Amino acid sequence: MKNTEVFNNRNVSENGYYLVDIADYPTDGWGKFKRVVKRTFRGELFVGLWVVLREMIKFDIHTIQYPQEKMPIGPRYRAVHEMKRLWESDAERCIGCGLCEKICISNCIKMDTRIDEHSRKEVSEYTINLGRCIFCGYCAEVCPELAITHGGEYEQASEQREHFVDYSYMLTPLDKMKAGTQVEFEGFGSITPHEDERVKKTPLAY
Amino acid sequence: MDTAYLIETIIKVVVVLLIFSALAGIGTYFERKILAFMQRRLGPMNVGPYGLLQVAADGIKLFTKEDIIPTNVVGRIFKIAPVITAATAFMAAAAIPFLPQFELFGYTVHPIIADVNIGILYILGIMGVGLYGPLLGGMASANKFSLLSAARSAAVFISYEVVTGLSILAPIMMVGSLSLIDFNEYQSGGFGDWIVWSQPVAFILFWIAAFAETGRTPFHLVANDHEIIDGFGTEYSGMRWGLFFIGEYANMFFISFVIPLLFLGGYGDGSFLGALGLLAKMSFFFFFFLWTRAAWPDVRPDQLMWLCWKVLMPIAVINIVITGFVMMF
Ligand code: SF4
Ligand code: SF4
Repeated sequence: MKNTEVFNNRNVSENGYYLVDIADYPTDGWGKFKRVVKRTFRGELFVGLWVVLREMIKFDIHTIQYPQEKMPIGPRYRAVHEMKRLWESDAERCIGCGLCEKICISNCIKMDTRIDEHSRKEVSEYTINLGRCIFCGYCAEVCPELAITHGGEYEQASEQREHFVDYSYMLTPLDKMKAGTQVEFEGFGSITPHEDERVKKTPLAY
Repeated sequence: MDTAYLIETIIKVVVVLLIFSALAGIGTYFERKILAFMQRRLGPMNVGPYGLLQVAADGIKLFTKEDIIPTNVVGRIFKIAPVITAATAFMAAAAIPFLPQFELFGYTVHPIIADVNIGILYILGIMGVGLYGPLLGGMASANKFSLLSAARSAAVFISYEVVTGLSILAPIMMVGSLSLIDFNEYQSGGFGDWIVWSQPVAFILFWIAAFAETGRTPFHLVANDHEIIDGFGTEYSGMRWGLFFIGEYANMFFISFVIPLLFLGGYGDGSFLGALGLLAKMSFFFFFFLWTRAAWPDVRPDQLMWLCWKVLMPIAVINIVITGFVMMF
């Protein structure tokens, strides 16, 4: 997919913007008459005709047929949430700390935890009401385990305003994990690239 | 009037009605596709291969929609107005020779329903009557935007009748007849005999006026595009609205036949090639209607009036005078 637009240069003065040269409007009858004659014989209408005909012949269609084809979206796009697994053990990353539930500004995360048979804290209930979610990304940012992140799935339809997705829906499936195709989220809350080189040892001796 | 003639005429009427109602539908398909291609879109793609069955889907929709007669409208006039538009459009077709005469099973067919000797006058007159469709529809609608649009389209139609009539007068003086068949005979000598070479001004004036007569962009003032409602048809729904639509597209097709018949040699010497030539010319003029719609903006009503009365009409009159002098000496 070729990148068709330069996103990072927002400096309008360098992008070929210029003031359009607009002549003064004629005030007297003779001036108006001259303008009419000039416009009539300058053939501007044919320029317009040629432009659209050229586009038709070139047949460079710039639309996509949406349900069959989709535009690629950026890796930082904040769509429906995903729950990630650990690369080493395929275990769920979420530790049930509840920070995401706490920070969610539209109160749409609801979760419950329990102590499982290994005496570890485990998520027993976890739902997000996408009807309320504003996709702000706070939950992904606050998560200490990089467990809850955003995904790229933006097509969600439901019959009512409440639309819940639960833990099993968001969790990366095991077969995907086995195939090693889980994608790390690059956006809000993720660790920055080359973080290993920049991390410092905690100074123990004062 | 013998029976054979009667049967033949009825068959011809039915054939013309069927073909051009279907063409009006397919015309909308062409319009969408060509506009889409010119704007680098694909147009209808989902119903049938390349969206070809879109016409059928639209037809089913129009036929099965509820026929709403809103409260406060003048019922009878409201109901009859779309019929006027469609009927007058098809009535005008009676005097148009669509093809040269040909032999079918040893029987000579004249593909013109009535070769009246005032053909052009008849066509222009009927198209003028077509004005009552939008006018009555808008006036009966109990909607002030419909009324505004109706008034505007009435003004445009009546003004451009003048240009149409005057521009066509000079060729009529040269040919000395009002029948389209005679026009064709006059130009049957081939490329060099086309009236457009001796009457280029009349040709361009008539062409410009054709846009106003059919209410197409850049003179698309019948619909209130700038008021974001559909002009005199705002209150209409279902098949009544569809009749307005069929009338508009049939008109476009008929005008696209009339222009080449008048100015560009028609079907020439009447050979098969000549017939194909007429169809090709007709297709070009129809295509041009769509082409301008993609390329040009609409003009304001006052600009349109200015163009008609201060520019086109004087030019048409001067053209007639010059033609008269040239013919006299
Ligand atoms: S994206 Fe924002 S609104 Fe949505 S669940 Fe996360 S914190 Fe709540
Ligand atoms: S913040 Fe992360 S780890 Fe904590 S409960 Fe939410 S998803 Fe689980």
